[in-house]
Amino acid sequence: MAALKVVRSGSRLLNGFQSLLNNPRKVTCGVAATVTKHPRWYCVSHLSVQERIERKRKAALSGGGQQRIEAQHRRGKLTARERVELLLDPDSFVEYDMFVEHRCSDFGMEADHNKDFTVFGGSLSGAHAQKICKIMDQAMMVGAPVIGLNDSGGARIQEGVESLAGYADIFLRNVMASGVIPQISLIMGPCAGGAVYSPALTDFTFMVKDTSYLFITGPDVVKSVTNEDVTQEELGGAKTHTAVSGVAHKAFENDIDALLNLREFFNFLPLSNKDSAPITECHDPSDRLVPGLDTVVPLETTKAYDMLDIIHGIADEREFFEIMPNYAKNIVVGFARMNGRTVGIVGNQPKVASGCLDINSSVKGARFVRFCDAFNIPIITFVDVPGFLPGTAQEYGGIIRHGAKLLFAFAEATVPKITVITRKAYGGAYDVMSSKHLRGDVNYAWPSAEVAVMGAKGAVQIIFRGKENQAEAEAEYVEKFANPFPAAVRGFVDDIIQPSMTRKRICRDLEVLASKKQANPWKKHANIPL
Amino acid sequence: WGTYWTLPATMSVAGSRLLHLNELLRQSSRTVVGVSSKIISRERYQSKLVVHKVSISCCSSVLQTFDKILIANRGEIACRVMKTCKKMGIKTVAVHSDVDSSAVHVKMADEAVCVGPAPTNKSYLNMDAILEAARQTGAQAVHPGYGFLSENKEFARRLAAHGVTFIGPDTHAIQAMGDKIESKLIAKKAKVNTIPGFDGVVKDAEEAVRIAGEIGYPVMIKASAGGGGKGMRIAWNDEETREGFRFSSQEAASSFGDDRLLIEKFIDNPRHIEIQVLADKHGNALWLNERECSIQRRNQKVVEEAPSTFLDPETRCAMGEQAVSLAKAVQYSSAGTVEFLVDSKKNFYFLEMNTRLQVEHPITECITGLDLVQQMIRVAKGYPLQHRQADIPINGWAIESRVYAEDPYKSFGLPSIGRLSQYQEPVNIPAVRVDSGIQEGSDISIYYDPMISKLVTYGSTRAEALQRMEEALDNYVIRGVTHNIPLLREIITHPRFVSGDISTKFLQEVYPEGFKGHQLSDSERWELLATAVALFVAAQLRSQRFLGNLSDELETCSHVCLPGNSLVCRFLQVDLDGKRVDVSSEWNLASALLPVTVNGTQRTVQCLSRSASGEIDLQYLGTSYKLRVLSKLAAALNKHMPEKVPEDTSSILRSPMPGSVVAVSVKAGDTVAEGQEICVIEAMKMQNSMTAAKTAKVRPYSSALSSL
Repeated sequence: MAALKVVRSGSRLLNGFQSLLNNPRKVTCGVAATVTKHPRWYCVSHLSVQERIERKRKAALSGGGQQRIEAQHRRGKLTARERVELLLDPDSFVEYDMFVEHRCSDFGMEADHNKDFTVFGGSLSGAHAQKICKIMDQAMMVGAPVIGLNDSGGARIQEGVESLAGYADIFLRNVMASGVIPQISLIMGPCAGGAVYSPALTDFTFMVKDTSYLFITGPDVVKSVTNEDVTQEELGGAKTHTAVSGVAHKAFENDIDALLNLREFFNFLPLSNKDSAPITECHDPSDRLVPGLDTVVPLETTKAYDMLDIIHGIADEREFFEIMPNYAKNIVVGFARMNGRTVGIVGNQPKVASGCLDINSSVKGARFVRFCDAFNIPIITFVDVPGFLPGTAQEYGGIIRHGAKLLFAFAEATVPKITVITRKAYGGAYDVMSSKHLRGDVNYAWPSAEVAVMGAKGAVQIIFRGKENQAEAEAEYVEKFANPFPAAVRGFVDDIIQPSMTRKRICRDLEVLASKKQANPWKKHANIPL
Repeated sequence: WGTYWTLPATMSVAGSRLLHLNELLRQSSRTVVGVSSKIISRERYQSKLVVHKVSISCCSSVLQTFDKILIANRGEIACRVMKTCKKMGIKTVAVHSDVDSSAVHVKMADEAVCVGPAPTNKSYLNMDAILEAARQTGAQAVHPGYGFLSENKEFARRLAAHGVTFIGPDTHAIQAMGDKIESKLIAKKAKVNTIPGFDGVVKDAEEAVRIAGEIGYPVMIKASAGGGGKGMRIAWNDEETREGFRFSSQEAASSFGDDRLLIEKFIDNPRHIEIQVLADKHGNALWLNERECSIQRRNQKVVEEAPSTFLDPETRCAMGEQAVSLAKAVQYSSAGTVEFLVDSKKNFYFLEMNTRLQVEHPITECITGLDLVQQMIRVAKGYPLQHRQADIPINGWAIESRVYAEDPYKSFGLPSIGRLSQYQEPVNIPAVRVDSGIQEGSDISIYYDPMISKLVTYGSTRAEALQRMEEALDNYVIRGVTHNIPLLREIITHPRFVSGDISTKFLQEVYPEGFKGHQLSDSERWELLATAVALFVAAQLRSQRFLGNLSDELETCSHVCLPGNSLVCRFLQVDLDGKRVDVSSEWNLASALLPVTVNGTQRTVQCLSRSASGEIDLQYLGTSYKLRVLSKLAAALNKHMPEKVPEDTSSILRSPMPGSVVAVSVKAGDTVAEGQEICVIEAMKMQNSMTAAKTAKVRPYSSALSSL
C-alpha cells in the first residue's frame, strides 16, 4: 500500500514552451510500471497468436481510428487514452481487458486500470459495464480510489436490457464502494440517461465547461414531453450543474485543465477508508502568525467580510481546493492542508446572504462533512452564522428536514473536529456548526465572537415586548451576550484566541488529535433524514 | 526532461542538514533580534528619560517640549510623527475616522479619538471634532502632517485660540504662502525668481480663455488654494482651457471648499527641484539642500531623490539663499519647502512654497542626518535652531519611491482598492527605510490616498542607493491590491534616469504609449522561462513527497535515492531550445519571495500564484508575467483545446474603481462618438472622465448625482 502512494502524483517534468529539461534520469517513481511491465498474456510464444495479439493491441490503442480521434480533437476534446495519459503518472498505467470484444464501435470505451487508479469511461455496453465492474471490484479489494472519466451517450439502445443490467451492476458497485474508497467522476462529454446515476453516486462530480452535459433526457425529449425549449448547455451544462442544481462539484475550462486539476485534487485524498489523511511535505511554518486575521472581521457586526480570506490565511501556502464554489455560496467547503495534512474546511460565508444556513447550504455542507468523516479527514469549521434562513420558501422546501442533515453529519462525525467561531453563532445554527455539544474536539472563539440565541434587536423585542427602554435593554443584551464569555465560562468554547494565532493553534491541535479514536454505537447504518 | 542533481546523495544529506541548521539559526537569530531590539529601544527610551532629567538640571529649557501631541492625520505620516514623539518621550494622541479605528496609527498612539465617519470632510477635515479631541485628551500641541488641515490657516488660528500649539508656521505665513497669487508677489519682493506672465483670480471659462490668450499657450490652470498637483491642468488651446477650468474649479471646490483658480505660463520641459527650509521663531532660517522631484505623473511625484544630479554647488547655494530669503520675508517658522522649476540652463523659477512637512522629507533627513519632525517640534516650542548653515551636510544619496495601490498600466497609475492579503516590507535590507501606515490585513479604501508606503534607500553613492532600491523593490511583498512597483522599478533602472537625464516630462517621453511593463531582453526571457520551469519542477517533485511512516519505503522503492525524507533539489539545468540555463534555489515554496540564482545571476522573484493547470504568475524585474508550464504531453495536446473568446467589453463602460458620479455629460437620445466623455466619477479625491469605447446612442437612463 505504502509503495503505491509514491506513484500518486508523479509528473512529466516538461513545459509548454516547446523546450524541455535536460534528462539525465527519470525522477518519477514508476513502481507500478516496473511491477507490471510485462503482463502475463504478453509471453505467449506461438507466432501466429503473437501476430494476432499485436494487431488487436494496435487496433485497441488507436481507439476508433485516426478519423475519430481527429473528430474528437475538433470538438476540443481529447481521446480517452490521451486523457488517461495526462491524468496518470508516466508509465504507471496498465490496461486491462484490452481484448474484450466491443460490440459497439466507439473509441474511448475502455475500462482502464493500474494498481493505483481505476478509470472507466466511454459509452456503455454490456461488455463495457463488465469491464468497469471488474476494475471496481479490484479497486475495492486493494483499497484504491476510482476515477471515472465519463464521455458517454447513455445506454446502447441496440443492446437493450443487457445494457440496463450493465448500468445496475455499476450502480451497485458505486454504492458498495461508497465510503470505502474515494470515487471521483469527471464528466468530459455528454452523459445522459441512466449513465448520469453513476456520477451521482460517486463522491465528487467534476465537469468540463462547454463540452460536457449531464441530463436524464436531452433537449429533444424535453421538447416533446414538456414543450420546453432548452439548449443542452442550459439543461445540463457545467454552469447549470455547478451553480443551479448542485449536481456537479466544480467545472474546469477544458480537458487538460480538468485533468491537471484532478491530479491536484487527488493528492488531498486518502486511498481508502483504512488510510489516514495524507501528509505532504510542507514548507509553510505551522506556527506562522497571520496578522491579517486580526482585522479581517469588521467592527460593525452587520458588515460582511470574505470567509475565504480567513481560510487562505490559515491554510498551508494559502491553498484551498474549494468544492462547489458556485453553489449555495453562503457556505464554503473544500480541502486544504495544515502543516502538510489534508483537512476539510467548512465555513459560513458572511459575504453571501449573511452566511445563513438554508436548504442548499445545509445539504452541501452535510455531504462534505460526511465525506471527510468517511475518509478520516479532520474537519475545521469556521462559524459566522446568524441562523437558519426564515420564510415560506424555506419552510415549504423542508428546511427542517434538510437542516437536520448538516446537524446529523456533524454529530455523527468521529474525525478530529476543530471549530472557530469568528463572529456570530446564533440559535440552532450555533448547535449545528460543529459545536462542543456535537462532540467538537476543540472549539475556539475569536474575541469578535457572539454566541447567543439570537441577535440583540430580535431578542430584546421578544423579552421586553411592549416595554419601554428597548434601546437600553438592547445595549445590556449586547454587553451580556454579544461576546464570547457566556460560552467560554460554561466551557462551550475551549479558549478565546487572538485571530492571528489561529493557524498555530489548529496545527498543534491536529497534531494532538491525530491519534483520536472515537466510535459510534454499533448499527447497520444510521438513518440520516434524507 | 527531468532534473539533474549535481550533488551526490551524501552531500545532499549534509547539505540539507546544514540548510536545516541554517534555517534554525536564522529563525532563532531573527527572534533574538526582534526581542533584543525591543529591549534596546526601551533602554534607549529610559536612558533618554535619564538624560532628560540630567539635562534639566543644567539647561532645562533645551529639551523640554510638550507632554502630549495630537497628530491630526492618518496613515504613514501619522506613524512617522509618532515615531519621533516616542523618541522624544512625548505622549501621542491619534485621531481617526470610524473605518480607521484599527489602523496602524491608532494602535501606535497612546490614546486615540474617533472624529467622525469615513469621508474626510466629516473626520480628518472636521476641525470641531479635532479641537474637541485635543481638549479632551489635554494635548498641548497638534502636528498636522501633510494634506488635510496642514495648510489650513483657520485651523491654526482656532488651535491658537484654544491655547494649543500648532506645529507648523504661523497663520500669517500659511496665508501668505497658501495663496498662489499673493505668494508670488511676496516672492518677487523678496528677490526670488518668479515665472513670467502669471495673472489673477478667474471668474468663468471665458475669462480663463482670455487670460490664457494674454499669457500665451501653453498655460497651467490650478486651484489657488490647492497644494501639490491636485486640480492642476495644462491647456494648449482655448478648448482645453475651458475644460481645464471646469475640472479644476470643481476639484478645487470639492477638495478645498474654495473654487478660485490660477492661470500661468507653463514652462516646457522643466525639472522640479525643491529646497527644504527650516526656520525658527527668532528670525533664523536654514536651507537643508534640495530634493529632485521631477519624476511625476499627472503632476504628482513618483520618485524623488536628494541631492539632485543636476545642481552644481553655485546653483544650489543660490536657490537655497532665495528660499531662505523668502522664508524670512514671511517670518516663516518650522519646516517648509520652496518649490522651483529649473530649466535646462539651470535658470530657476519660484513655483510655490509648501508650509508643511513634505511627503518626501525622509530623503532630506537621510542626507542631512536631521529629524525634521523633531526640529518642527522644537521650533514650535520656541527654541532657536540648533544648527548653522555650515553644519548642514550632504552625506551620500537617498532615493524615495512612492509605493501606491494603483494600476501603473492605466495612465501611469489609477487607484486600486482592496485588502492587503499579504504584506511584507523589505526592511531586512540594510539602508532601507519604509514609512508606512498599513500592515497585512489593512484595507486600501476609496476614502483616502492610495499610498501604501514611502520606500527610501540610502547609499554612499547614487549608484549604491539605486542598487538597494532595486533590491528593496524586488523584495517588497504586496498582495491583494494592484501596485505600482513595476513602474517604480522600471524608472529607477531606466538608462535616462540612471544617467540623471530627467525632467517632469520623463514618463510621457519614455513611455509615450503608456507604461507597458518591463520589456524582456532575450537573455531575461530565458531566465524567466527557466525560473518558471524550475519552480514547476520543484513543486511537482514536492507533491510526490508524502510524509509520515512512508519515508522508508519512499527511499527504497523510488528510482532516485532520496536523502532522508527531505528531498531538496536545489540545482536544475533547464534546456530551452538547446540553450542551457542553470537554476538553483532553496525553493521554499511557501515563501512569497523566491531567491534564485539563474546562470550565476542572483535575483529575487516572487511567485504570485501557481495553479494546478500549470499557470504560474511570476513577478520578475518588478513586472508580473503570466506563464504556463506544461508537461510535454500536455503541451502537445493543448493545441486541441478550444480557445475561449473573452467577453467583448467595448460595449460596456465599467468604472475603474468604486466612486461617486459627479457629472453626467450626455442626455438621452444623444449620439456619442468614440472617446467622448459620458460621465465623471470621483474617487479618492480624483475625478475620472469615463469615455465611450465606441459610437453609440444614449438611451433614457436614471441617475442621482452625489452631493459629496
